[in-house]
Amino acid sequence: MYDQFLYGIEAAINGLMTGVMYSLVALGFVLIFKASGIFNYAQGVMALFGALTLVGIQSGQVPFAGIINAVFGTNIQHFGWTLPAVAAIILTIGVMILFAWLVERYLLKHLVNQEPIILFMATIGLAYFMEGVGDLMWGAEIKKIDLPIPQGINETIDAVTYDWFGYGFYIDNLDITAAIIAVTLVVALTIFSQYSTTGRALRAVADDHQAALSVGISLRKIWVIVWGIAGFIALVAGVMWGAKSGVQFSLSLITLKALPVLMLGGFTSIPGAIIGGMIIGVGEKVFEFVVSSSWFGDAMGFTMNATENWFAYVLALIFLVFRPQGLFGEKIIERV
Amino acid sequence: MSDSYVTPDGRTIGGKVLEMRNITLRFGGVVAISDISFDIREGEIRAIIGPNGAGKSSMLNVINGFYHPQEGEILFHGEVRKPMKPYQIAKQGIARTFQNIALFKGMSTLDNIMTGRFNHMKTNFFAQMIWKGPAAREEAENREIVEKVIDFLEIQAIRKTPVGALPYGLQKRVELGRALAAQPKLLLLDEPMAGMNVEEKEDMSRFILDVNDEFGTTIALIEHDMGVVMDISDRVVVMDYGKKIGDGTPDEVRNNQAVIDAYLGVDHG
Repeated sequence: MYDQFLYGIEAAINGLMTGVMYSLVALGFVLIFKASGIFNYAQGVMALFGALTLVGIQSGQVPFAGIINAVFGTNIQHFGWTLPAVAAIILTIGVMILFAWLVERYLLKHLVNQEPIILFMATIGLAYFMEGVGDLMWGAEIKKIDLPIPQGINETIDAVTYDWFGYGFYIDNLDITAAIIAVTLVVALTIFSQYSTTGRALRAVADDHQAALSVGISLRKIWVIVWGIAGFIALVAGVMWGAKSGVQFSLSLITLKALPVLMLGGFTSIPGAIIGGMIIGVGEKVFEFVVSSSWFGDAMGFTMNATENWFAYVLALIFLVFRPQGLFGEKIIERV
Repeated sequence: MSDSYVTPDGRTIGGKVLEMRNITLRFGGVVAISDISFDIREGEIRAIIGPNGAGKSSMLNVINGFYHPQEGEILFHGEVRKPMKPYQIAKQGIARTFQNIALFKGMSTLDNIMTGRFNHMKTNFFAQMIWKGPAAREEAENREIVEKVIDFLEIQAIRKTPVGALPYGLQKRVELGRALAAQPKLLLLDEPMAGMNVEEKEDMSRFILDVNDEFGTTIALIEHDMGVVMDISDRVVVMDYGKKIGDGTPDEVRNNQAVIDAYLGVDHG
């Protein structure tokens, strides 16, 4: 039983690491939702697009090579250089900021004061549009991220836990890195929004549009900033997930994984997104571990597998029934 | 009336800060404001009064740019103002409060009033990210002004309280503080005393008079309560059904037959 307990702990820790990655995606949603009341379905595609752009720029791929070659009958594919990681990251951040500006200029500006459902539909359109643009720009093949991110088993943790418990935990270095980056990002964002002028303006806009306008805050400028930050977070999330499983178009599906996180944590709470992600990460790993174990089978007469596919959604469903505003969301009070 | 005048209590009122010329505002077929002209002079307390639905709030929304009139022109400091967004008008130095309190409910009193300094904060996004240096210095300077406003309004005790948790009267005061922090050239108050009890009304009246007295701020206010308005304002515009029916000192207005009819009702029989 003792070793079963240790396996359980290991599963929980791994779940925590995965959970932090869920949080990262959910965070982008929360930021945009708070500032503009838009549920941004395109957040996952933004992650994909960010990762694609990073790989493309770094490896010197010619954007829109397919179209260019088809129109001009040329056969160019690469500029023939490889950029250093830092330069590629900075350029990609620039692209994400440009993207934020374009979204504000050509999409949000025209949809101010529309129903939330219309804005939601617009982001669905945006998601598919961006997926297409990403495909045209960089091609559809699976790409490998070439950043100096540590990967593989963390030897130290393995050795230390072996000394203590007689069983070495398998924790992936990539997961640890992702967790550290995510935590740093969240702390930095929190400090920024609490103590800077722009941060205060962001919170003001999230709270009351009219009042924000009346003190001289330009909503459009704030939206560009918010989408820019969300784009940056998406880029980080895209790179981390991409490092795990390669940059491929199925990456955009992490949107669906962020949904239960948001239902759990509440759509308007940054701490909610973090803790929601962790609960789901740990929950699904531990649940899978328990229900697929032989002792569970002995006791109950059956075992289950592949529960990770649905666990998060069922948990979110239960939450919707008993606490629809999520753990940290604003309480929904219906005035009559 | 000449360009400047002296009030009964001895203050000298200067030239025109804001002039509305033949403003007409329509919502579809409904005429909210019909051909109204008046001016607001430097250092005065100007009131706009009228029964419910007279178009007072619409007038304030025109001044601060939430609404754009179909006809007429607005002169700010003698120059015709082109149609602008509310945040651009705020940058020009027009601050306001709202009838139904529009505070940032999740933020503390201090943070709320700090947002009033937004127009005076010049460092850019990236300087703020680095935080040390210009951004920190700017924050400290503006914080000092905000602390003065907090002292002035006697709300030190609630500096860190989220404003959503404050009682109504205090929220009104915080909102006034946010507008004051902007050090506006023109301060617009939309029913600053609505929903207050007598004591709170007296407090608010005193603050309005003190603001005008100590900082020389030009104030335009909308009010329902005739008594209070007559006591604190220098000149009064009276509106009814979107039209101007009176304009002058409180005494002149009080004796104006059209005003009396609008307020007390007139026997059409």
